[in-house]
Amino acid sequence: MDKVALKTMDKPTVLEVREATKRFGGLVAVNQVSFDVREHEVIGLIGPNGSGKTTMMNLISGALKVSDGYIMMGDNLLSDMPERKIAQSGVARTFQLVRVLAGLSVLENVMAGAVFGHRKLWGKGLEVYAMRQLERVGLAAAANKPTSALTYIDQKRLELARALAADPKLILLDEWLAGLNPTELQTGIELIASLRDEGRTIILVEHVMDAIRSLCDRCVVMSSGIKIAEGTPAEVLSDKAVIKAYLGDDYE
Amino acid sequence: MTRKEIIGLILVPVAFIILAFLPSLPNSANLLSLAIPIAMFTVLATSWAIFSGPTHYISLATAAFYGVGAYTMATWLDVLPYPVILLIAAVIGAVFAAVVGFATLRLSGVYFVIFTLGLAEMTRQVFVWYQNNFGGTRGHYVFTDITEAQIYWQLLALGLLVYLVGWWIGRSRLGFAIRIIGADELVARHSGIHTARSKVLLFMVSGAFAAVVGVVMAPRFVYIEPAMAFNPQLSFLVAIMALLGGIHRLWGPLMGAIPFALVWEFIASNFPAQTILLMGIAFLVVVYYIPNGVAGVVEGWYHKLKAAGGEKHG
Repeated sequence: MDKVALKTMDKPTVLEVREATKRFGGLVAVNQVSFDVREHEVIGLIGPNGSGKTTMMNLISGALKVSDGYIMMGDNLLSDMPERKIAQSGVARTFQLVRVLAGLSVLENVMAGAVFGHRKLWGKGLEVYAMRQLERVGLAAAANKPTSALTYIDQKRLELARALAADPKLILLDEWLAGLNPTELQTGIELIASLRDEGRTIILVEHVMDAIRSLCDRCVVMSSGIKIAEGTPAEVLSDKAVIKAYLGDDYE
Repeated sequence: MTRKEIIGLILVPVAFIILAFLPSLPNSANLLSLAIPIAMFTVLATSWAIFSGPTHYISLATAAFYGVGAYTMATWLDVLPYPVILLIAAVIGAVFAAVVGFATLRLSGVYFVIFTLGLAEMTRQVFVWYQNNFGGTRGHYVFTDITEAQIYWQLLALGLLVYLVGWWIGRSRLGFAIRIIGADELVARHSGIHTARSKVLLFMVSGAFAAVVGVVMAPRFVYIEPAMAFNPQLSFLVAIMALLGGIHRLWGPLMGAIPFALVWEFIASNFPAQTILLMGIAFLVVVYYIPNGVAGVVEGWYHKLKAAGGEKHG
């Protein structure tokens, strides 16, 4: 175990996933997965397509209910709560397919994150606070534009600003870096790195290996709904089971 | 408060005060027979749009609330003081909307539309059944000494109230929540919004207004029976007018109610047999050609003008 992992070893646990299981009819999308997330930690949730990563994210954020097992955050049993309660207890997320609020201005999009959730701001204070989140992600100049004026990466930035506006204890980023060109990708990685340096606690589902190596303290690897490995990026990426899951049986 | 809002808060009541002098004009009887439907539809369409505008849930239940209001009036006219009846109708309308809302707002799009249409019909049948079995008579007489002018003034007051309520909601957390819900309900839930409660609250507002309008209008009918009080045509007209005017602005439905009520009056008196056909055509035309309503068209012109002016100056 290297020193990065040691850094967070003694920190309190933010999220506790225990034997989480999700069945869709006969299909078991997530099968008895357990892991912990500690304060200030960046956890990478990785695995081949269809391995249940996004389903796991949906279980944590409440978009889906667990069929078995439980998810706790502090004293809150998240797996028993509706989405809004989970948001109010301090979980914010972005979506795999970017979801900005059309018809609302860029600034209003960010404000949406800070009114009803973990933070309950209103009035001038809300505007100033939302503006600060836009500055944080580098979108301040677009504050009063309609969302239709934004490029793809700016929409992703906006979604991130909305999540940050909630002042969450835990941020879920579902393939936030997907679909960016190489230059944008670099910017994106730097942005998430700066969040990590602020001490945010983050779970990210990601396919971009560079991002996983440079951002994550630990990784949880899933394949066909099962957790097959857990450890530092270097550990899991050299793990035989992980390599097999990604590249198949024939790989020697 | 912005300067625009302060100007609005002064101008709108002034406009209403001026309108209140209409009954003292010469030949006011004719004017009132036009002004009352316009005022009525403005209140109904504006309160309808407070719910349906941001949520995009097209409700055809207006007639149900309106009819319940009319029957509230007919039932308690001789027993309770008039202001109490208004209040009771508002509460009944709101509670009725809450029950319906919690049962149906999980339905989306076309299912909600069909349900609300069916609801009005079902409510009517319940009243028919009740009257046949327990009421003795089919209908109710509503004899009052309320004049046309008084009905008009009440509708004006309701109009002012609906604007104040709409304006207040627009500035409130509830108004913001409902705009987020309208844009993306999933994001709304994940932002901590109680989506069902927010939608039901707004549906209650529009239900309460429609019920109170039903009370106010009841004396005009003199004789109230279910087919008239729960006429589904009312629900369609309200939806058409609101859509014609534009539902993304508080003043939009007014832009639809005035021209449509005038045209409707003309159609009803000249082509009484074709009203439903013409109403259907009007509905199609509005939805196809002016999806953002008159308010949207006006705003489009305004932005164009402003852009053109900006170019000249710049």
